[in-house]
Amino acid sequence: MTSIDNLKKRIIIGTQVIKPTVSVIPAFEIRNLKLWYSQNQALHDVSFDIAANQVTAIIGPSGCGKSTFLRSLNRLHETIAGSRMEGSIKLFGDDLYLKSIDAAYVRRRVGMVFQKSNPFPTMSIAENVLVGLRLNGVNDQKFLKQRLEESLRLSALWDEVKDFLDRPGVSLSGGQQQRLCIARALAVQPEVLLMDEPCSALDPIATMKIEELIQTLRTKVSIVIVTHNMQQASRCSNKTAFFYLGRLIEYSETRTIFTNPLNPQTEAYVSGRFG
Amino acid sequence: MHEIAPQYSAALNYRKGRKWPDISFKYLAMVGALMIVLLIVLVGYELYRSSSLSVHQFGFSFVKNLAWDPAADIYGALPFIYGTLVSSLLALLIAIPLGVAAALFLTEVAPLSIRQPIITIIELLASVPSVIYGLWGIFVLIPWMRDSFYPFLKSTFGFLPLFKGPIYGVSMLSGGIVIAIMILPIVTSFSREVLRAVPDLQREAAYALGATHWEVIRIAVLSYAKRGLFGAGVLGLGRALGETMAVTMVIGNSPVISASLFAPGYTLASVIANEFAEATTDLYMSSLFELGLVLLVITLIVNAIAQLMLRQLTNGASAKN
Ligand SMILES: Nc1ncnc2c1ncn2[C@@H]1O[C@H](COP(=O)(O)OP(=O)(O)OP(=O)(O)O)[C@@H](O)[C@H]1O
Ligand SMILES: [Mg+2]
Repeated sequence: MTSIDNLKKRIIIGTQVIKPTVSVIPAFEIRNLKLWYSQNQALHDVSFDIAANQVTAIIGPSGCGKSTFLRSLNRLHETIAGSRMEGSIKLFGDDLYLKSIDAAYVRRRVGMVFQKSNPFPTMSIAENVLVGLRLNGVNDQKFLKQRLEESLRLSALWDEVKDFLDRPGVSLSGGQQQRLCIARALAVQPEVLLMDEPCSALDPIATMKIEELIQTLRTKVSIVIVTHNMQQASRCSNKTAFFYLGRLIEYSETRTIFTNPLNPQTEAYVSGRFG
Repeated sequence: MHEIAPQYSAALNYRKGRKWPDISFKYLAMVGALMIVLLIVLVGYELYRSSSLSVHQFGFSFVKNLAWDPAADIYGALPFIYGTLVSSLLALLIAIPLGVAAALFLTEVAPLSIRQPIITIIELLASVPSVIYGLWGIFVLIPWMRDSFYPFLKSTFGFLPLFKGPIYGVSMLSGGIVIAIMILPIVTSFSREVLRAVPDLQREAAYALGATHWEVIRIAVLSYAKRGLFGAGVLGLGRALGETMAVTMVIGNSPVISASLFAPGYTLASVIANEFAEATTDLYMSSLFELGLVLLVITLIVNAIAQLMLRQLTNGASAKN
């Protein structure tokens, strides 16, 4: 597929992905998104734009479809048998759900970090970071080495692991493993990074590190983060989307959502009266 | 000691009374477990005692002696040890790739609706009596092998010593193939358990990096599971070593050591089954018992290795998640 060749070229050249006029085209344009797991509808008619080079927080009570929504952005829900989707999602103007587009190609442009850190246990720290590049067929040792350091620096892990890159990735602490997973996602230079409750299994200090990291990354990559932590959403995001029962209830500037929401349900949720 | 207020002591006594089932169950379970250990020890001891004549007569040379000649009262176990190990290894070489592939198909590829029917069929295969595989081996497999498959092997790979020599049909290779078919169900279902223990989070990590289905299997599933799959293989080996009936019917039963897989062989289990009825002298009988002892020791070692590897696997997995 030519689009994959293009991607390979970008990765090999090592230039940052060139985004077409960042200010105009949103990272994601989501239109009438509906998603079912077998008979059970998890998302109802969700439409909004996610801006580029910003941090967008997704909040809402448990089971409201946040993870499902996030997975529809990199087509990861397709790995679940029985899932079905309607509507359209564009990534920087490209329709992600065209028949001719391979899900693997979408996921190379849209990185993801999970709630529980999941480094590959048989791989070293270095191998974990580079596995995405190797999947792309990159073999140039010098380039790999350089990208390894870049990615680990970006994820604020370099100083902690630079002396033992050959140790197993799972030998790190929980917070370090999560940053390793961020480095692994960043190594292929995705245009967007999806984070599904990346801090929920971490202690406050590790959480703070990841939040700082999000702040430094936002200039390089658009970020969509699901969180249960209201403070976290208000601290790190520019925009916030509130989901309830599979519907997008309100989407606005983060400050507005937390101080002056339009919808009474949003108000009730952010003030902690339910959820 | 504290004084116990009377109203509590009644409750305490009641609780003491309720502990009895716990305690008796504990001892019952312990006795059960001890019985099994005792049984193995007794079997081992009995084999050793019954083989003592042969052990004294031949000493260590029994296991490295080539000749098995009841007429001259000379007994050596090496051809049988060789036959057992080689036929079992052949079986593993065939059964592990097939079993792992089938397990991968069942856990990663097949649509949900056909998984359970296939699993049921595989479990059925495991319950087919050994002698039926043997019959099938003699009347279906061997004629076909002798007339088509072996000649093909010989003409293609004949330059290797493995595939030289005359083709009889009954042979080490036939034995290996029949054992492979017999252990395939257990290797498959054990591999399936191992693959199912791979967390979905690992698969998703690979998918999220843009891996294709096959790449997910390679980097997330197989590498995570490889030690467990090895364990599945060794468990299969434990089974293969003791297979008697079907192997006896197809392996040719002649105590020779030949590099060619087309040559007949003989296994420890087969020779015991074939000859115990005609063991006329005490030394003959005692030697058969010693063959049993050798088989027991080999099997125990193989199973111990399998257990060790599985323990490592479960430890590793709990440390990881
Ligand atoms: N793999 C699945 N198969 C079937 N139904 C699912 C699956 N995953 C999620 N669902 C259903 O979809 C709905 C939304 O789930 P989702 O995981 O997106 O919620 P969430 O907002 O991320 O919740 P949480 O905050 O607890 O993570 C729920 O009703 C859930 O039961
Ligand atoms: Mg979730």
